[in-house]
Order: sequence, then structure tokens, then C-alpha cells
Amino acid sequence: MSEKEIKSLEEIFEKRIANDEKIEPKDWMPEKYRQTHIRQISQHAHSEIVGMLPEANWITRAPSLRRKVALLAKIQDEGGHGLYLYSAAETLGISRDEMYEQLHSGAAKYSSIFNYPAITWADMGAVGWLVDGAAIINQVALMGTSYGPYSRAMIRICKEESFHQRQGYEILLTLCNGTPEQKAMAQDALNRWWWPSLMMFGPKDAESPNTEQSVKWKLKRKTNDELRQQFIDQTVPQANILGLTIPDPALKWNEARKHYDFGEIDWNEFWQVVKGHGPCNKQRLDARRTAWEKGTWVRDAAMAYAEKQEMKLEKAV
Amino acid sequence: MKNWPLWEVFIRSKNGLEHRHCGSLHASDATMALENARDVYTRRMEGVSIWVVESKYITASNPELNGEMFEPAKDKAYRHPTFYELPDELKHM
Ligand SMILES: [Fe+2]
Ligand SMILES: [Fe+2]
Ligand SMILES: [Fe+2]
Repeated sequence: MSEKEIKSLEEIFEKRIANDEKIEPKDWMPEKYRQTHIRQISQHAHSEIVGMLPEANWITRAPSLRRKVALLAKIQDEGGHGLYLYSAAETLGISRDEMYEQLHSGAAKYSSIFNYPAITWADMGAVGWLVDGAAIINQVALMGTSYGPYSRAMIRICKEESFHQRQGYEILLTLCNGTPEQKAMAQDALNRWWWPSLMMFGPKDAESPNTEQSVKWKLKRKTNDELRQQFIDQTVPQANILGLTIPDPALKWNEARKHYDFGEIDWNEFWQVVKGHGPCNKQRLDARRTAWEKGTWVRDAAMAYAEKQEMKLEKAV
Repeated sequence: MKNWPLWEVFIRSKNGLEHRHCGSLHASDATMALENARDVYTRRMEGVSIWVVESKYITASNPELNGEMFEPAKDKAYRHPTFYELPDELKHM
């Protein structure tokens, strides 16, 4: 194709997106659109399955059967979310194995929030309430994204997420209505998870170079700062109901802005964790690699069985 | 002479929506199946994309086994948001 032809295809493409049309796998798309989407969707998929790890730690330690089945069901959902997203990414021409390889080699990123440890039962509450809460805000915004398979995956995921946040909140509510020690445990969890949750929306708009292109492609329907503000505005009243204090002395309702003002995020910490120096980066990747390696014989056995069945069938014909 | 095989037809009515099963037809090969599907199922602009799959490649669940297949999901109310008891004044959740 000549440069001129590509230019005109690009114009038609951008116009379609501007008209809120969806792009489907077989449609022509600029190479940069394809690559950006492979990166973002696979990162999102990795986040879903790495996100299973901190919670898995608590399945056997859940304080009641009710809590245990809820936690199991949530973690099971996250595995499903990973599957929906990996499949959506595969429609863009990358294989599942390549994506796993990128995750396991450390070449691919996943949400940094999962590099923090879940050290008490209250953390299961805080993760559901804050981490899934922040994820929901991100994902609701993505339901309207321009790539059809990604948008459809988001719609399905958002439907399933709602219970994740509610089960987390219910855990904290119970702790906050319990003994002083239980309430202190809930407060401690909020203290540790609050700031990393705010970081889930990514760098400030001014330091987020891809924002403009992403907004154009509807990969971002709102900017990082807008989504972060939305999260804070809706979470503060929820903390008040629990009787917990948000660990930010600068947090204050701004009547003129009709939003909460809040303190400075520790961006140094954010970048440290992104670069691999968070408290659990190594542990998480090791767990993923081990799971993959230990699963080899299962994958091989299933394939061998399928081949055998096929051979039997051929012989019978 | 061999009979023409059966094909299942899936139509995407507009970009953004998934392909949906709309019926089946007989055709000698995939190309003819696509063309016939276009002529039969999209005469009134019902679609922007067609998938055809030879019916024999579809593995369907057995309705007689619906009990063991689907009932296990019935008693898992905790997979639904309404299972969790939260105060009425709680918003955005
Ligand atoms: Fe999820
Ligand atoms: Fe998610
Ligand atoms: Fe979730």
C-alpha cells in the first residue's frame, strides 16, 4: 500500500471512531492501534490473574464458611476475567503463549497494586472495597472503548465485579462493628491500601504522555485524574459509614469545586513499584512461573489424551 | 451423490455487537455457505459480518444432562451482589 492510501485509510478509521463506531478484528486498523491494544488488553489480563495471588493467601484462613465461599467465588471470577481479556487480545494476532511468555519474563506489566502484600484478614475487605472499587471505575469507563472485543469483555466483567466490591465492604463493616481490635485491623488495612489504590489510576495527566492518543481511540474516556477524583469522591462517604479515617490529613471537601481536595501522592513509590521494586514483585512473578511450570504435565497429558482419542476415531472409520 | 453439508450461520448486526446465531442452511463449501447466508439472512441489511460453521463441528451440551451441567450454579447466591447486606445509605456500590 502506498503512503497516501494508508493515510486515507487512517482518516476513515479515525472518523469511524469519532462517530462512536466499533472496530472489529477483521477491520483494517493502523499498526499503532493494534500494538497499543495488544499491550493494554494483555496487561489488563495479566492483572486479573496476578490479582488472584494476594487473595489466594486467605482462602484457607477465611473466618467462616460464608466468607470462604465468597472469596473463592471472587477469585474464580478473576480467573475468568483473565480469560475474557486474553481471548480479546488474541483477536489482534498475538498468541496466548506469547503473552504468558511476556508476563513470565517480566517484559509485560500488570497492575502494581498486586505487588503489595495482603497480611491480615481485613486486607480482604480493603482489597474488595478499594482495589475492585478502583478497577470498576476504570472498567466502566472502558465499556465504551472503540475495540469491539475489548468493550464486550468489559461489559461482561463489570456485571461480575459488583459483588466483589460488596463482599469486601461487608467484611470491613463486620470488623468495624466488632471488637476494638477488629476495628483497628480494618483501619490499618485502609491505611495501607488507600494510597496504592489511588495510584491505580496511573500518573497525573500532565505526566501521562499517551493520554491524548488514548482519549482519541476511546481507550480512555476520562483522564487518570478525572477517574481518580471520581474514586475519591465516592469512597470518602463509604469510609464515613464504616467509621474509618482516610489516611490523608489534606483530604477536605471543596465546596467551590464540588470535589474532595486531597494530598500529594508519593509518585516515587509508584515508580519504584512499577520498576519492580515493590514489596512483592518477585514473589508474584515466582508464583506465576511456578504455577505455569507445575502445570506443564497437565497440559501435556490433556493434549496426549486428545491425540489418542483422535487416532482411535480414525482407526474406527 | 453426496449431500451438501449443513452450516450454522452467525450474523453480527452491527459493529460492537457479538455475532448471533440466526439459523442454518445447506451448501457445498464454505464460500457457498457465506454467499447463501448473505442472500438468505441479510437481504434487509441485517448484518455487517457473517460467520458460517459446518454444523458437525459444533459440540452441543446434552439437554438430558442439564441437571448436573447447570444446577450447581443455583445454590451459589453469594456470586450475586444482592447476597451482601449493606446499609441503604451506602452509594455507588
Ligand atoms: Fe476482575
Ligand atoms: Fe479487572
Ligand atoms: Fe474483581
